[in-house]
Amino acid sequence: MTGDEMTLVLQTLLDGFLVTLSLLAISGLGAFILGTIIAILRISPVSTLRGFAAFYTEAIRNIPLTLVLFFCATLLPQLGVDFARTFGASTHYYILAAIGLSVYTSPFIAEAIRSGVNGVPFGQAEAARSIGLDFGQTLSLVIMPQAFRMTIPPLINVFIALTKNTSVAGGFAVIELFARGRDLVRDFGNYAIPMLLGVAICYLLVTIPLGYVSRVIERKVAVLR
Amino acid sequence: MKKTFKVVAAFAAASMLLAGCASEPAAETPTFPEGSTMAALASKGEIVIGTKFDQPLFGLKGLSGDPEGFDVEIGKLIAKELGVTPKFVETVSANRETFIQQGNVDIVIATYTINDKRKEVIEFAGPYYMAGQSILALKDRTDLSTPESLVGQPVCSVTGSTPAAKLEEIGAEPVLFGTYTECLEPLRQGTVVAVSTDNVILAGFAAQYPEEFAVMGVPFTEEPYGIGLKKGDIEFRDWINDLLEKSYADGSYKAAWDATAGTVLPFVDGPTPNRY
Repeated sequence: MTGDEMTLVLQTLLDGFLVTLSLLAISGLGAFILGTIIAILRISPVSTLRGFAAFYTEAIRNIPLTLVLFFCATLLPQLGVDFARTFGASTHYYILAAIGLSVYTSPFIAEAIRSGVNGVPFGQAEAARSIGLDFGQTLSLVIMPQAFRMTIPPLINVFIALTKNTSVAGGFAVIELFARGRDLVRDFGNYAIPMLLGVAICYLLVTIPLGYVSRVIERKVAVLR
Repeated sequence: MKKTFKVVAAFAAASMLLAGCASEPAAETPTFPEGSTMAALASKGEIVIGTKFDQPLFGLKGLSGDPEGFDVEIGKLIAKELGVTPKFVETVSANRETFIQQGNVDIVIATYTINDKRKEVIEFAGPYYMAGQSILALKDRTDLSTPESLVGQPVCSVTGSTPAAKLEEIGAEPVLFGTYTECLEPLRQGTVVAVSTDNVILAGFAAQYPEEFAVMGVPFTEEPYGIGLKKGDIEFRDWINDLLEKSYADGSYKAAWDATAGTVLPFVDGPTPNRY
C-alpha cells in the first residue's frame, strides 16, 4: 500500500471517527437529560408520574435499536418531522439518528440512576424530610449527590454501549465510522481485514479510556465508604 | 451359531448387490475434469449462488420464498449445465467479495460490477450484461438528467457501493442506506432529489411505481455485470464463459431475459466474455 493510499485510509477513518464522536456526545447528553428526568419521575411521590416512567422504561428498553432508528429515520419524516428544509438532508438524518439513540439509551440511564438512588440509605431521605426539606430539595441537596457517586460505573457502562450502538446509525444515512469502514472495504477489498481492524481500534480508543475512568472512580468511591 | 452366521452373510451379500444396483449413475450426468470445481459441485449435487433479494427484475425475493430475476435465471442455467440444484443466498453490495473469499457461496451473480480492485481478490466470469449508472427522480424532475445537475444535491444510494463512490466523485451529497428500497421513501418525500445506481436496478423501481418515478437521461458510466468466483479458479471461469457464449447462440440467454427483465427493458445482445 502506497503512502498516498495510507493517508486516504487514515483520513477516511478520521472523518468517520469524528462523526461517531459527535453523535456519541450529542446522543449521550440527550439520553442523560431524558434518563435523569425519567428516573426522577420514577421515584416521585405522584403515582401517575411513576406509572408513566415505568411504562416508558419497559416499552423503550424492550425495542431493538435497529427498530427505533428505523422508526426515526423512516416513519418520523412521514409524520411530518423534516429538518432537511433548514439543514440539508445529511443533517436531517443525523438529527433523527441522534433522537433515536437518545430515546433508546434513556431508559438504561434511568435505571442506572435509580439503582444509585436506591443505594443511598433510606435514613438520608427520612432525615431530610424531618428537617423540613421538600421533595425537590431532598433530591438535589441530599440524595442525588450521594447517588451519582454510586451510579458512575453503571452509567459509564451505558455510555460504552452507546459508543458501539452509534454504528447502527450507519445503516440510516449517517456516514459515521462503520459506514466509512464499508467504503474502505469496497476500495481496498484486498485489505478487508486490516480495514475492519482499524475501525475496531477506533472504537476501542473511546471505550477503553471510558472503562479506565470507571475503574478510577470506583476506587475513589470505595475509599469514601 | 454357524447357521445364523451363514444367514447373516447371505443377507449382507444380497444387500451389497442391491446397493450396487441403486447407486448406478443416472443416464445423463455430465462429466467434468477431475479435481475441477465443476466436478466438485456436480458430486455435491448443489451450487450455492449469491444473489440480490431486493432488486426488481434481477434478483427479487417474492413472498413464495424463492428469488426471481435475470441474475437468478443465469444462475439456473449454470446449475442446469452442472446437473445440480441451485441454492440462492442473499448477498448485499458490501459483502460479495468476503462471501466468495470465505466460501459461503460458490458464485455471485448479483448486479456485480467488474472492476480492477475487485479482480485483485476474486475472479470474474463474463460480463453477461452491460449496465450503466443512471438517475431516478420524481416524474416531473426532467432537469435532473445529467451528473452535473446533481452537484451539491442530496442523492441516495447504498453504503459501500460503486455508485456511492461515483456520487462523491461528481460532487453530489451522498445519502446512504443499507438497501436501494430504503431510498424510495426519502425520494417520495423530497429529502433526496434522486436515487443513483445502475440503470437496470432503477428501471425495476420505475416499473414498480410508474406514476411516481422515472429514469432520467442516459447512463453516464459503464458497469459490466460479471459472475464472481474464487480467485485463481481459471478453469471454472473459462467453463462459465464458454457456457455464456453457448447461451447467447442457442437462445437460452434471450429466453432468460424475456422472462424477467425483458418485461420492462429491451433485449440487447449479450457482451463478449472477457477472458483476461
